Amino acid sequence: MDFAAWWTNLFAGMSPASFFNLSFLPKYCVYFLQALGYTLLLAVVSVALAVLPALLLAFMRLSKNRLVRAVSGAYIALFRSTPLLVQLSIIYFGLFGAISIPRLYLFGFIDISRFIPGVVALALNSSAYVAEIFRAGILAVDAGQSEAARSLGLSSAQAMKLVVLPQAVKNVLPALGNEVVTMVKESSICSTLGMVELMFAAKTVATATYISLAPYVLAAMMYFVITYPAGKAIEALERRMRRGDKH
Amino acid sequence: MATSTNSLIRVVDVSKEYNGGSVHALSHCNFSVKRGEVVAIIGPSGSGKSTLLRCLNLLEQPSSGTIYFKDVALNGKKVDLDLHRREMGMVFQHFNLFPHMTVKKNITLAPVKLGLKSQAEADAQAMALLERIGLADKADEYPAMLSGGQKQRIAIVRALAMAPEVMLFDEPTSALDPEMVGEVLDLMRDLAEGGMTMVVVTHEMGFAREVADRVVFMSGGTIIEEGSPADLFDYPQSERLQSFLAKVL
Repeated sequence: MDFAAWWTNLFAGMSPASFFNLSFLPKYCVYFLQALGYTLLLAVVSVALAVLPALLLAFMRLSKNRLVRAVSGAYIALFRSTPLLVQLSIIYFGLFGAISIPRLYLFGFIDISRFIPGVVALALNSSAYVAEIFRAGILAVDAGQSEAARSLGLSSAQAMKLVVLPQAVKNVLPALGNEVVTMVKESSICSTLGMVELMFAAKTVATATYISLAPYVLAAMMYFVITYPAGKAIEALERRMRRGDKH
Repeated sequence: MATSTNSLIRVVDVSKEYNGGSVHALSHCNFSVKRGEVVAIIGPSGSGKSTLLRCLNLLEQPSSGTIYFKDVALNGKKVDLDLHRREMGMVFQHFNLFPHMTVKKNITLAPVKLGLKSQAEADAQAMALLERIGLADKADEYPAMLSGGQKQRIAIVRALAMAPEVMLFDEPTSALDPEMVGEVLDLMRDLAEGGMTMVVVTHEMGFAREVADRVVFMSGGTIIEEGSPADLFDYPQSERLQSFLAKVL
């Protein structure tokens, strides 16, 4: 085989035609859109579920009690220092190997016996990251705010709930938005456990149609049109909040 | 208590150390405040004035010594500090209004949340207080829309809404533009004339001289001299007060 033939062969699978070979689209269009819906639901629900445990972890992290601080710190360290795929597998096969969830379908295409373990795993992972977001947000509120509240006779819990937390939550909204965006991409890992989200759809279509590249290109484009504008919108929100903060 | 006097606040041998004893912010401070009295605390920067004031409502925990408020040892065991803090209003250098609440909400928050007043009663009281300082039209604005002088006057009436027995002022005019100092001092003068007990940490020597019943001079974390404004300003005894006054007057 001469060099020219080898060279042509090398890119045989990568022609523009193969890159954008969307001949599968008429048949699988709805399948892809459902998978996108699955991905978005997975991301939004897991971050939403992460908020309360994360808040608890953040309070524990800021506690005066060393043991309470250590427990929260250990949780956060564990989930931030191991791969998501490993966590997902342990939770899926370990925790949900013992608990059986009936095979019910949500919206007709989300199998809850797979969706729930996935969401729980992502939420447990996300709560470690969101806890650090909350902790930073709480610490960023000027100490004078809580001093003013305490000097009026409010308890430390009231000062936290009425004065510090509302300001902290406002500060961390952009970071929470970014966490959802990250989760949209990270959730692709759930395809390995048979959750029919975007990456799983691409893989399935590629296998079924023998079109090896274009389904993944389409998936990439769908991820991009969601995450890029969302990221830009969050940046704009941050800029507006900074302007609003000036006194 | 046997030694009970008509003192509202008594500070007995209070010291405050930081960093495990390497920094002495206060050492062995003693003084008291009678009902209806206006006490000004003066002294150079870093002399411990603010630390001493913040010890009075335990925003700073003294390392040793005792703070008595109405003859209750505030830093003793089993004291419901929140209950006593209601009766001690505090005004801060940087106002510390709650930026996420309207002016009216800033004023009504504590009375309502502590169950002392209904929202309607607290609103009426807030409006009356705002009328008094000429800022009724700002009731529904947020603090970010106000000038420094307006913020500080609102911070003062926010503390007054709790009907405190004493008002603590921590350099209330130090963060203000010069043209706004007057309006805040005028309000404080009004309060003093109305018989409010006040402890004021200040750099405004004119105000201390004119309004205070007693002046406390601090330097290096200790109380060096105290007495009537006339005595302190006109006949300073210690060399430190003399050199301080030479610089600021």
